[in-house]
Amino acid sequence: MSAIETTLAPAGPPQPDVVRVHVPPRSLRSELRAMKIVWRRDLIRFRNDRIRIATTLVQPLLFLFVLGSGLQQISSAGTHGVDLKTFIYPGVICLAVMFTAMFSAASIVWDREFGFMREMLVAPVSRSSIVIGKCLGGATVASIQGVILLALAGAVHVPYSPPLLLGMFALMLLLAFAITAFGVMVAARITQMQSFMGVMQMIVMPMFFLAGALYPVTHLPGWLTVLNRIDPLTYAVDPMRRLVFKHLDVSAAAHEALAPGVTWFGWTVPAVLEAAVVLLLGLAMLGVAIWEFGATE
Amino acid sequence: MAERQSAIEVSSLEKSFDEVEAVRGVSFEVAAGEVFGFLGPNGAGKTTTINMLCTLVKPTGGSARVAGHDVVRERDEVRRNIGLVFQDPTLDGYLSAQQNIELHAELYGIESSLVPERMRQVLEMVGLWDRKDTPVRTFSGGMRRRLEIARGFMHSPRVLFLDEPTIGLDPQTRSSIWRYIRQLKEAEEITIFMTTHYMDEAEFCDRIAIMDRGEIVALDTPEALKARVGADRVKIQTEDDEAAIAALAGRFGIEANVAEGAVAFLVAGGEEFVPRLFAELGVPIKSVSVSRPTLDDVFMSYTGSTIRDAEDSYAKHANKIMMQMMSGGRR
Repeated sequence: MSAIETTLAPAGPPQPDVVRVHVPPRSLRSELRAMKIVWRRDLIRFRNDRIRIATTLVQPLLFLFVLGSGLQQISSAGTHGVDLKTFIYPGVICLAVMFTAMFSAASIVWDREFGFMREMLVAPVSRSSIVIGKCLGGATVASIQGVILLALAGAVHVPYSPPLLLGMFALMLLLAFAITAFGVMVAARITQMQSFMGVMQMIVMPMFFLAGALYPVTHLPGWLTVLNRIDPLTYAVDPMRRLVFKHLDVSAAAHEALAPGVTWFGWTVPAVLEAAVVLLLGLAMLGVAIWEFGATE
Repeated sequence: MAERQSAIEVSSLEKSFDEVEAVRGVSFEVAAGEVFGFLGPNGAGKTTTINMLCTLVKPTGGSARVAGHDVVRERDEVRRNIGLVFQDPTLDGYLSAQQNIELHAELYGIESSLVPERMRQVLEMVGLWDRKDTPVRTFSGGMRRRLEIARGFMHSPRVLFLDEPTIGLDPQTRSSIWRYIRQLKEAEEITIFMTTHYMDEAEFCDRIAIMDRGEIVALDTPEALKARVGADRVKIQTEDDEAAIAALAGRFGIEANVAEGAVAFLVAGGEEFVPRLFAELGVPIKSVSVSRPTLDDVFMSYTGSTIRDAEDSYAKHANKIMMQMMSGGRR
C-alpha cells in the first residue's frame, strides 16, 4: 500500500469540459456502420501487410509463368496454338483469390486467440453484422489481390478489354466472398491457427486440382468428371475461362477443346448459372457462419 | 434515469458449467458512482460473475440488472451502457492506437462529429495522445492496458468493468493505471466494478466483496472488514518462546505460534493488552509489536487460505498472456 501511495502523483483536476457521448439504440444504421468498420479493418490490415501481398502472389506466379512456360512444349500439340499460360490464367487467378480469402478468414482464428474477437462480440451490434462485414472485407481484399494478377493479362496474351476485366473482377469478387464465408464458417469451429491452416490446405489444394484450373473439363475419366462437377470451385474457374476465351482470337477447334464449358449430363451449364451456384453456396455458408457465431456465448 | 438508482443489482445469481457450480447464488448491490471490488483467489468465480454482468455468459439462475437493465432480457441495453477491460488483451496489434479507438467508436455507433474530440480526451487522460499513430503491437504491456482503459471509457459508459486491470504489470505502471482510473471516475461519475487479487489495490475500493468457491463470504468497506476481524496481530520476542506460548495459553487462553523468530497471536484490543502481557506473562519480553489487521488477515479469516496461493497461479497466468502477446507481435 505505502509503496503504491508514494508513487501516486496527485490526481489531475476533473476535466471541466468533458465531451459526453452516448451509444444510440441498435438500428439499421448502427449495424451498417459496424459492418463497414469490420470491412475497413480488413483493408487497413491488408494495406499495412505488404509482405503478405507479396507472398500470396508467389504461388500463383509460379504456376502461371514457371509451370505454364515449362509445360508449354509438351502441351502445344493439344492447345491448338494457344499459349498454355493463357489457358491456365483464369485458374491461377482463382488460386490467388482463394489463398488471400483464406488468409482473411484465418484472422478470425487469430482474433479469437489474441482476444480481439471479444471486443467485437461485446459491442452492442448483432453478430451477423460482424460476420457479414468480415466476409465482405475478405472478399474485397482477395479481389484486390486478384486485380494485381489481372494487370498481368497482357503478359499471357489476354487483351485488356474493359468488359472482360469487369467480368473477371465480378467473378473474382464472387469467389472471394464464397471462400471467405467458407473460411469464416470453418473458423467458427476451429480455435487453433495451426489446425485451421491444416484444414484449409487439406480442402483448398484438392479443390484447386479438381476444379480444372489446369486442364479442360471435357473427356476426363469418369471418376474425375464426377469429382470435378461436385467441386464448387469448378463453377468459378469455368465462367472465367469462358469469358477469357470469348475475348481471344482463337480457332473454333481451340475454343471447343479448351473452353467447352461445364456440362451436366450432356447439358452445357450457362455461365450465369455457374456464377449463381457460387453465389448461393457463398450465401449458404455465410448463413451457417452467422448461425455459428450467434450460438456462441 | 433516477440519480439514486443502483448501478448494479444482483440477486441469487448462479452459473454452473456442466457439473461445476462456478457461482452459487450471489447477491449484492452497487450504488451509482461507487468503486466496487471483487476480491478472491483464482477460480473463486469472479470472472464468471463479471462475464454474466457483461452479458457474455448466460446465468443459470437468479437475475442481475446493470444500469437498470436486465442482463438476459435487455442484453443490448446493458451493452450500450457498459465499458469493459478484460484480463486478456483485446486490442488489434496491427492497428494504431487511434485506429483501435475509432473502430470501437464505430462499433458503438458514437456520433461521428464527437469522435475526434472525445478520442483526444480519453487518449490524453491515459497519456497516449502523442503515441496515437503508433501500431499497438509495439506498445508495452502497461501502455496496452492504458489504451484498453481509454477505449472502455470511450463511449461514456455508466458502468466500467475491469477484470484484473493491473495483472502482470510492474508496481510503477500499476500505480499510474490506478491514477487514470480514479481520474476517469472523477471526470464522469461512472461506477467502477473490478476484480483484483492485489490486496493493496482492494484498499482503493469503496467496498469489497470477498469471493470464495462461488460465494460471497464478506462484503463491506475495507475498513469495516478489517475491523470485523476484531483482533490485532501481536508479535513478541522473548527469552523462552516455549514458555511464553504455554503461558499465553494458560493465563490468557490465547493460541499462539512461532513465526519468523517471534511468538505471534491475534488478540482484541492489542494495544491495551500489552501492559497486561508484561505484568502477567512471567516470561521476560525483549520486544513487542502490535499491528492492525490487514486485508490479508481479512482474506485469510474468511477463505482460510492466503492470497499468495492465488497469486502463484496468477503469475503463471500472467506469463501465459505475455507469451501470447509476444508471439502475437510477430504474427
